[in-house]
Amino acid sequence: MSQVDPQLPTPHPFMANSAPGSYKELLRVAEVKEIEEVFEQIPKDHLFKGEWSVPSALKSEAALYKHLTGMLKKNISAENYISFLGAGCWQHYVPSICDEMVTRTEFATPVWGTPSSDHGRNQVWFEFSSQLGELVDMDFVGLPLYSYGTAAGHALRMASRINGRKKVLIPASLDPERAKVIYNYAGFSELEGHLEIIAVNFDPATGRVDLKDLESKLDNTVSAIYFENPNYLGIFESDAAKICALAHSVGAEAVVGVDPISLGIIAPPPEYGADIVVGTTQPLGVHMNAGGGVGGFIATRDEEKYAREYPTLQVSLTDTLVPGEMAFGLTLFEQSSYGSREHGKDWTGNSVYLWAVANATYMSLMGPEGFKEVGNSIIQRARYAADQIATIKGLKITWRDGFFKEFVVNFDGTRKSVSQINKKLLDKKIFGGKDLSEDFPALGQSALFCVTEVHSVEEIDSLVKALSEVCA
Amino acid sequence: MIKSKIRKYHAPVWDEPLVMDLSAPGRRGAFAPELEEKIAKATSEPSALIPASLARKTPPSLPELSEFEVQRHYLHLSQQTLGMMGISLFGTCTMKYNPRINERLVYQPFVAEMHPHQDPETMQGLLEIVYRFDEILRSLSGLDKFVFQAGGGADAAYTMATITRAYHASRGELAQRNEIITTTQAHPCNPATAAAAGFKIITLPLEEDGYPSVEALKAVVSERTAALMVNNPDDIGIYNPHIKEWVKVVREAGGLCFYDHANFNGVMTRIRAADIGFDACMYMLHKTFGGLKGGGGPAVGAFGCNEKLIPFLPGPTVEKNSDGSFYLKKEGANSVGRVREFFGNVPVVIRAYSWTRAMGIDGLRDAANISVLANNYMEKRLLQIPGVTKALPELTQRRLEMTRYSLGELTAETGVNCIDVQNRMTDYGVDAFWLSHEPWFIPEPFTPEAGELWSIEDLDYWIDVLELVCNEARSNPEMVRTAPHNQVVAKQGSINLNEPENWATTYRAYKRKYKK
Ligand SMILES: Cc1ncc(COP(=O)(O)O)c(C=O)c1O
Repeated sequence: MSQVDPQLPTPHPFMANSAPGSYKELLRVAEVKEIEEVFEQIPKDHLFKGEWSVPSALKSEAALYKHLTGMLKKNISAENYISFLGAGCWQHYVPSICDEMVTRTEFATPVWGTPSSDHGRNQVWFEFSSQLGELVDMDFVGLPLYSYGTAAGHALRMASRINGRKKVLIPASLDPERAKVIYNYAGFSELEGHLEIIAVNFDPATGRVDLKDLESKLDNTVSAIYFENPNYLGIFESDAAKICALAHSVGAEAVVGVDPISLGIIAPPPEYGADIVVGTTQPLGVHMNAGGGVGGFIATRDEEKYAREYPTLQVSLTDTLVPGEMAFGLTLFEQSSYGSREHGKDWTGNSVYLWAVANATYMSLMGPEGFKEVGNSIIQRARYAADQIATIKGLKITWRDGFFKEFVVNFDGTRKSVSQINKKLLDKKIFGGKDLSEDFPALGQSALFCVTEVHSVEEIDSLVKALSEVCA
Repeated sequence: MIKSKIRKYHAPVWDEPLVMDLSAPGRRGAFAPELEEKIAKATSEPSALIPASLARKTPPSLPELSEFEVQRHYLHLSQQTLGMMGISLFGTCTMKYNPRINERLVYQPFVAEMHPHQDPETMQGLLEIVYRFDEILRSLSGLDKFVFQAGGGADAAYTMATITRAYHASRGELAQRNEIITTTQAHPCNPATAAAAGFKIITLPLEEDGYPSVEALKAVVSERTAALMVNNPDDIGIYNPHIKEWVKVVREAGGLCFYDHANFNGVMTRIRAADIGFDACMYMLHKTFGGLKGGGGPAVGAFGCNEKLIPFLPGPTVEKNSDGSFYLKKEGANSVGRVREFFGNVPVVIRAYSWTRAMGIDGLRDAANISVLANNYMEKRLLQIPGVTKALPELTQRRLEMTRYSLGELTAETGVNCIDVQNRMTDYGVDAFWLSHEPWFIPEPFTPEAGELWSIEDLDYWIDVLELVCNEARSNPEMVRTAPHNQVVAKQGSINLNEPENWATTYRAYKRKYKK
């Protein structure tokens, strides 16, 4: 057996210079005799001397694959079972080309180059913003944000910077996940920049924003009204124009959250008065990823008032030294946290830019007809599912009309809890709807079911059959 | 002296039009599943299901292309992105190999088609990986719990700012403790997120030792101090040896201490945040731990803290039952709630776990050794290039995994600046170096980071290209100033994109402003 030099690293596939010759050449040129020399800045009493509880290497990919799949195979996915979960993360079909693009090493692994060497990726980003702009009918769109909730949080802070007011109205029907983000972004009253958040009730008869309650809470100290279309409980806010008009009547901004996959059939928010549009990007060609697929956006009219409050980076079309050549450059970089530290507009950083590649690809694939078809397919399938579930004894669809892909099913008539029902559905290889009973006690034992284009009639029928069995 | 054979290189040029301009009416790229007859019969037309006030009247003017045309278009754009196809030593970002096994795994349904609200019983594999990775980071940091909700390093800094808020509020001290202390060498996200959370920012400047003095810190620490947010080493490559003292000063005054560990690569397996005295730290899974960069995420700033701060963590957290199974624990009453929806960016955590297992503890040590050694190797060679100087040259101790340099002398001599050099280097297939965060304190800065990935030949090539470009700056400055010449497109023109009549972030704005 050859003697191993304890000074030398063990050769590893991820490290070219772990080869003895390369490593020794580094040592030689750097004039280092003993590796600890290069750590001379670190005081001895900072060094850790104990035992690490980090496992040793699985250097063979085969062994690593076995180890990881050994754990991952314990998962049961929405492809193993039929899933009716939505609630902020939705199962839509991801076209193969979207996956192809986000797994291209060119897109997946780089960080930041020059405008010329990043030209391809910058063009994708511009096409992301441009196509999203068409869907939401806005002409200023930033690069993506971490999520729907963070986009809403930043948009409300933008609104407050625009009009100097510190109070925002949000719907009480809001997704608790997003609401918690918004509350977090609103800050604490002890500190500067705090936004006071007031929840507006929803009408128990319709699931929509209660306009009376809204009016009673509205005055000229309100900075923004935030609502979503469709809302968390699945329902379209058909009074959207009224809500936006109310916001404008007191000089407040109308901030609207959307699910962009609905926008082939649903009016874009500016048509009913929205000033700032936010939303999720996950339905546009990104897998759910256990919640890791989420992403968000902010879009507005191309007016300085808004543009100069964006926290994001954005790319703009521009020219080059060669006449007629098109390039992309950053616009309004100085107002970002990179440019202005604590004086910038909130903050930005690594976000979900790779998902913008999937989103751009998705929007190009679908085109206007595809968006219309997928919207229609979803709304009809969801309606069919709700109508069938409504025939089951003891079950009620809380709001029978005006929903997109999600609807609330009430189980009070079965005298069983949603959690009991969902356990039984699981035995039948079905993920039931999101349990609402804790977050919305007023709705009783209710669950939010989600049906999209991926659900076939057979799958919906098997849900109906399973529900009638477990509720009997 | 140039050692490498400089390759002939030219970026792929497809002259690719905008996707909107490739459209032909009636082309289709994808269909939605056709409605089954049973549903169609039982259900009203969509128009009857949409509230009349909300029906879309004009279809979105999205492009119309065939499936292949879409594929080819985006493939062309991918080819027109240099990134890791060449050499990228983008400092502070720790350019690593992103093992393909991870892409193979995370796009399978057992990751991709999982829903965050599933019954934990059906997510045991995922939860186990998240939990095991938490354990690994606990060992590497000495801290007590890690969460993966923050969607990047800046978001983890923001997490700290909000935890700081909740912690002091729980003690009734928030109104008084409204200051966060940082340094000019801290990444901008630290002051920016702290300010967004409502804090006043105190930024300590560098002093001659390469970091602010303990005295300067003591002068600003008070009963108003809420927290300290710093990184160490910074990206000049300087390690503040008094950091223990710093942490002690701030903690004794009742403030919390946050270690932005984005620059972990050089010190991993040598120091632990908890041993230095920090309450919390952040690791970049998309940098140090082999996750993808993705051109800017999906990312994770893994946020870890000690017992004292666990009650304030965003939820839900992944925990282990006594029977060895895993569950999601709801956040408590003092929690900051959420910094982002759901329990974390799971595929990124899986990639990081996988990378760490492939490395093992010895691999992590080797990687730290190689990256610091490689930086010292680069420094020896780079400082031989006329026109290149080192930031704070009087500090002669060995730098850690990065060194900041200046091209100020070259610029004074030739008029060619660091952006010009960056542009010209891409003509040889070498992508941008990192310059410096704001504020710059030396002229024409640049900051390469060697890391453990790149071979000695790659590092030599990078250095040789820089030297070649510096030579060119002397022999033909105009050529360098107008670079790149072998890239996808030429240097950006003179349009001021900060003027409202010029910027166009969407095609429709572009048409309105430029195609009148
Ligand atoms: C020291 C340091 N902290 C924080 C960050 C921010 O990380 P992110 O871009 O993931 O938000 C960076 C990014 O480069 C960094 O270098």
